Amino acid sequence: MAELNRTPLYDLHASLGAKFVPFAGYDMPVQYALGVMKEHLWTRENAGLFDVSHMGQVILRGPKAAAELETLVPQAVQTLKEGRQRYGFFTNEDGGILDDLMFANRGDHLFVVVNAACKEADIAHMRAGLETTSVEVITDRALMALQGPKAEAALARLVPNVVDMAFMDVETHASDFGELWISRSGYTGEDGFEISVPANSAEALAKCLLEDETVEAIGLGARDSLRLEAGLCLYGSDLDETTTPVEANLVWAIQKARREAGDYPGFARIRHHLTDGPARLRVGLRPEGRAPMRAGTPLYAEEEASQPVGEVTSGAYGPSTECAISMGYVGTAHAALGTPLWGEVRGKRLPVTVCELPFRPSSYKK
Amino acid sequence: MKFTEEHEWLRVEGDVVVVGITEHASTQLGDVVFVELPEDGGEVAKDDEVVVIESVKAASDILAPLDGEIVEVNAALTDNPGLVNEDPLGEAWFFKMKVADLSAMDDMMDEAAYKDFIGA
Repeated sequence: MAELNRTPLYDLHASLGAKFVPFAGYDMPVQYALGVMKEHLWTRENAGLFDVSHMGQVILRGPKAAAELETLVPQAVQTLKEGRQRYGFFTNEDGGILDDLMFANRGDHLFVVVNAACKEADIAHMRAGLETTSVEVITDRALMALQGPKAEAALARLVPNVVDMAFMDVETHASDFGELWISRSGYTGEDGFEISVPANSAEALAKCLLEDETVEAIGLGARDSLRLEAGLCLYGSDLDETTTPVEANLVWAIQKARREAGDYPGFARIRHHLTDGPARLRVGLRPEGRAPMRAGTPLYAEEEASQPVGEVTSGAYGPSTECAISMGYVGTAHAALGTPLWGEVRGKRLPVTVCELPFRPSSYKK
Repeated sequence: MKFTEEHEWLRVEGDVVVVGITEHASTQLGDVVFVELPEDGGEVAKDDEVVVIESVKAASDILAPLDGEIVEVNAALTDNPGLVNEDPLGEAWFFKMKVADLSAMDDMMDEAAYKDFIGA
């Protein structure tokens, strides 16, 4: 087995008693002493610090960077104002999703953050697809997320101006820890920030944030249950090369003009799904009992039906919702809110209802 | 108290054997969020899957440690699965069984042997 990569915060995780798991080629903390449930609840009430340095940080530079990135994603990039960030995805010729990403307009360049598991492929994809734009992979920076209702106060102790940032704003700030590239965003449904920091001062910054009594280190386990409650997709589980953005219920992330026209890969199929409707849709699922319906659980329209009408792609017990929650894909005829379905868990058909996403309201800073 | 390689503990109380999982097992599992108990007990054979527990991470089976008859299950776990983490050796017992041949327990590990087994 190939040796696992370590992030600049590895030693800190170890000193905090993290339990590590291999994730996308990295040895990552899945939980700390608190455990997944308490880490999840802590983030919802206080502030959680996540190491997301395994994700890919890339700078796209060149006069045509925005126009050229628009040839790879269905999003509008050229209309994105300086100091703002957008959610997007790379599509293939069939309109399937190659990866989802965040991109920001930082004035003289675009800053892109991609998933760890896809980053090599994404970088190759951008190098091949962006004709005149340079693709600079950032390897000397760590990335951390500070999430939760007390994130703003905790970060403002070090960078007072962050209180003026709105959701999806990006700013550059000088600090005792070098230049910080801060966005007001995250992956938990909470207000919070993602902070790109020079690798050699990442541990000092993390320690400084953790000194605040409202901040705890949070592992990948809670990151997953937090994002699921927030109705956010995990690439590789809820999104893959076979799902179009329309099937994935991500039409909101395609700006209006780009739904009508665009020379991005898969436009024809996405357009077709937009006008005629897709055959399946991503939906929220609320199991009636406590038993979690995890990824792979087949979904049936009737208790006795032989052919499934869908499948769960993410499922867990929601520590904040205090019930089992799932999301998955079902045939469009079964996607209406309130549709009763059956999920097969350990050979038993258990009732589950199509429900709204997210499972709890998000609290982004407007 | 006796222990199995499946990280269960067995305690004889009168004519029944009480079965639960060890603290080591509950720590390894993480926060338990769901416990499915057998609906109508009855006869079980050693290694039958009797109980399903789901933690925040995954589902695991609890196996019958011996041949016998399940005479009582701990219904408190259905409403409060977190007991398995809070008090695995006490309140979070899973089921009680009647066992024809208690001598089958003689070969199981005692506490010292179990601690050796888990490297504690």
